[in-house]
Amino acid sequence: MGRLPKEPGLYVHVPFCRGKCAYCGFYSVSDWRAMSAWGEALLREADLYRDRFHRFDTLYVGGGTPSVLPLEDLRKILSGLRERFSFAEDAEVTLEVNPEDVTRDSAFFWREEGISRVSVGVQALDDACLKTLGRRHTSRRALEALETLRRAGFANLSVDLMWGLPDQSLSGWLETLGAILAYSPEHCSCYELTLEEGTPLTAMVKAGRLQLPDEETACEFFERTSDFLKSRGYIHYEISNFARSEALVSRHNMKYWRHGPYLGLGPAAHSFDGRRRWANVSSVREYGQNLSDGRAPLDFLEELTPGQLRLETLLLGFRMHEGVPVAAVGQEETPNAALSRAVAEGLLELRDGTVVPTRKGWLVADSLPLLFSP
Amino acid sequence: MKHIRNFSIIAHIDHGKSTLADRLIQAAGLVDAREFRDQILDTLDLERERGITIKSNTVTLPYTAPDGRRYALNLIDTPGHVDFSYEVSRALASCEGVLLLVDASQGVEAQTLANLYAAMEHDLVVVPVINKIDLPSADVDRVKEEIENELALDADHAVLCSAKEGIGIDDVFQAVVERIPPPRGDSEAPLAALVFDAQYDSFRGAVVACRVFDGRIRTGDRIRMLSNGAVYKVEEVGVFRLKREPRPVLEAGEVGYIIAGIKTVSDVRIGDTITLDDRPTARPLPGFRAVKPVVFSSIYPVSSDDYASLQDALEKYKLNDAALVYQKDSSAALGQGFRCGFLGLLHLEIVQERLEREYDQSIIMTIPSVQYRFTLESGETVTVENPQYYPDPASIKATEEPYIRASILCPERFMGAVMKLCTERRGENPRFSVPGPGRVEIVFDMPLAEVIYDFYDRLKTVTQGYGSFDYEMIGYRPSDLVKLDILVNGEKVDALSLIVHRDRARPWAVQVCDRLKEEIPRHQFKIAIQGAVGGKIIARSTISPFRKDVTAKCYGGDITRKRKLLEKQKKGKKRMKMVGSVSIPQSAFVAVLKTDKE
Ligand SMILES: Nc1nc2c(ncn2[C@@H]2O[C@H](COP(=O)(O)OP(=O)(O)OP(=O)(O)O)[C@@H](O)[C@H]2O)c(=O)[nH]1
Ligand code: SF4
Ligand SMILES: [Mg+2]
Repeated sequence: MGRLPKEPGLYVHVPFCRGKCAYCGFYSVSDWRAMSAWGEALLREADLYRDRFHRFDTLYVGGGTPSVLPLEDLRKILSGLRERFSFAEDAEVTLEVNPEDVTRDSAFFWREEGISRVSVGVQALDDACLKTLGRRHTSRRALEALETLRRAGFANLSVDLMWGLPDQSLSGWLETLGAILAYSPEHCSCYELTLEEGTPLTAMVKAGRLQLPDEETACEFFERTSDFLKSRGYIHYEISNFARSEALVSRHNMKYWRHGPYLGLGPAAHSFDGRRRWANVSSVREYGQNLSDGRAPLDFLEELTPGQLRLETLLLGFRMHEGVPVAAVGQEETPNAALSRAVAEGLLELRDGTVVPTRKGWLVADSLPLLFSP
Repeated sequence: MKHIRNFSIIAHIDHGKSTLADRLIQAAGLVDAREFRDQILDTLDLERERGITIKSNTVTLPYTAPDGRRYALNLIDTPGHVDFSYEVSRALASCEGVLLLVDASQGVEAQTLANLYAAMEHDLVVVPVINKIDLPSADVDRVKEEIENELALDADHAVLCSAKEGIGIDDVFQAVVERIPPPRGDSEAPLAALVFDAQYDSFRGAVVACRVFDGRIRTGDRIRMLSNGAVYKVEEVGVFRLKREPRPVLEAGEVGYIIAGIKTVSDVRIGDTITLDDRPTARPLPGFRAVKPVVFSSIYPVSSDDYASLQDALEKYKLNDAALVYQKDSSAALGQGFRCGFLGLLHLEIVQERLEREYDQSIIMTIPSVQYRFTLESGETVTVENPQYYPDPASIKATEEPYIRASILCPERFMGAVMKLCTERRGENPRFSVPGPGRVEIVFDMPLAEVIYDFYDRLKTVTQGYGSFDYEMIGYRPSDLVKLDILVNGEKVDALSLIVHRDRARPWAVQVCDRLKEEIPRHQFKIAIQGAVGGKIIARSTISPFRKDVTAKCYGGDITRKRKLLEKQKKGKKRMKMVGSVSIPQSAFVAVLKTDKE
């Protein structure tokens, strides 16, 4: 295989949590017995890709809850990866952590191990709400975690928050945001609560025991969040993501949205090399089994057609404030008419040869690509 | 030939034709008890579901008379519903006589009379048969009187039977062999066989049902279609005995089928004469009068890619339903399709369903229309049944529309409701009679256009199912017509245009706007739906846009899932019809036609 077009990113999926949050649709387990076997399997999987991937400029350890990894295990994995691949000098190395795992010692250790960016799963600052969500920390603990991380010297912190929660008011949400901004995080992810099929929270909503905001209210949350963070100097660079400056955007996540290459290691991880995408099985056991048999633990592998690549370019591009090059939408007669229409409707704008979504367009980003399907 | 009888069973709907055919078939021992089912000749699913005959069906019965003589009886069971009268008239062309069935309790009805006239036109011997004499309400004397007075037939010799109970079946057989004459014709003369029906078989090509008038036809013969000279080699001839039963030869006087590997469907014309290529007949048989459709609608494939397939299906379908007429049509919204003419609303419905079921077509049908007449300023008169060809309003001097005499029979307690319904439907000149205790017959002059849409359903509703409806055309009357257009975001949806009486334009427009509002999914932008006559908007509805569909997260694992969802939506969108940038689902075109369920 030839050289990859851009420098790829490396993702590691740590499929372990202390418990299961009520809304979570990720693959993770709270049985940790397989943890050390998983770590060994992970490095074995890395071996399979040594010939195809050499150098990364981002590393993202996500999950699950990577912060539950015993520090020794994490060290083994990080050094194992460094033995097998090379990383850019200024690589962005992100670790996802949950507040309850942040201590002076762990924070210090993570710094020592070369973590440059920590993403903290705060989610909310209302204890009742945290309980409904099935989180295992209090709001106080979350704020302490931010404090501790700063003290340990982390200069690039990201905070994950959620809006559109049951019983959450707009003013309550803006207060939460304000409280978080007191810690001046370099990056904020503000996700609307998404109901994932088969989760306890979804069941409760379906049963009518919890109520989520209606469409109008949700739009208002989205718009006010954007206004608020922009007024505080953040760039709204992706639907749910804000950064203090262009330099502080999540470089790793940008690879997903810009259709760049990435390698994902671990159960349920996805990879993309510019043409093909593949995913690992969503089972720690099968993952380990495959690898000890010397096989790649693949769930599926697909080779994307030019049409599919184009569709993905649109679906990803319309999520970013940078948009997509006009060529991506405007080659044929139909798309041109569609573009004029979308501009007239205030969903998209033309800016320096790129098509960028307006805020109104962002709200319907999931269906924007359909406007350009012949 | 002396021992052949060709006859049809004709009657008003539901008077028991197919049931009588059952008894005759059973008496002839054509089917054993295990295989038998009621109305065994009603083979289409639709016939069985609706309990009515749609297609004429031929069956050859062996019969041994009490005197020991053996006969071959070619029986054709015909439909009673007026919409399928073309099936009856074609069946009659291959017969020497008919059994005219009259229900012993209902008596003579509209189609009894109409079918009798048709039989008389063909100079056929008519044997009146009074059926259902087992019914407690049977009134044989009254019915005999009606037969004498209304049909001018000799009722003394009417055969009495109950098809259901199997009473009088021997008398029916006897009347057939004694009163209906054997066919005439010369087996030695050049072949002249009348094509009166056909069916497409994907393995064997067209199966042509014919009546041989002169000559004979065998396997291996080279036959010629007189209308276009096409020549085929006969693969098989035979008779219908519930299944096709091959025979070595079909001779003058016989009714049967020909298979000749005919895959070019257009070579088979119903009413054509088949002859032998090396010894053609000099006299083509008279054939059939052209059908005169009264209801028109366009058929489009749901997916434009299926146009060729629809064309092929229509061609094959028409073999088996000669009453359907069609020609190419096209619409900006729906693409290429066909303008079709039907003998009535039921006919339209049946064509639609058979195309969907038997030919696997997904189709959209436009609002049915009648044929309007316009006198232009130039003095010229034009008839228009397709709103697309509505004349320039400035050039129209006078407009006319076809009227019917509608007669509705119902228990007298529903009289008020029926009068109201008919008046709403622009009924004029109401009159009524009392044909029996507790029943009324209400007669109105009404525009045909008012009944082709949902009149029958409404009548059933207001009479709780007790009303029956019949009509005859009574010619054109002056009217005040306009063309109603439906616009979606300012673009005309031509397939929804309609020629309509000025007074009816607004209610219809309101209904269409409401229906479309329900059926068109929300888009990213606002959709305005309008009904317009000329430049004037007379109804409107609005579909507000959806404001939000974005999902919060999209990382490595979400991308494939999202793309697949989009691909699925794209496919769904492809099946929709685009009007400007609005996607209109097929269901919207169907919903516009759905009757109101108040
Ligand atoms: N009581 C009674 N019912 C009968 C008799 N003959 C037919 N029927 C019933 O009348 C109904 C209509 O019978 P069909 O044989 O389908 O009538 P048809 O004339 O073939 O009707 P179309 O083909 O639709 O015109 C059925 O429910 C039969 O069971 C009879 O002699 N006595
Ligand atoms: S901690 Fe994260 S990955 Fe684990 S259950 Fe909660 S939301 Fe899911
Ligand atoms: Mg019948």
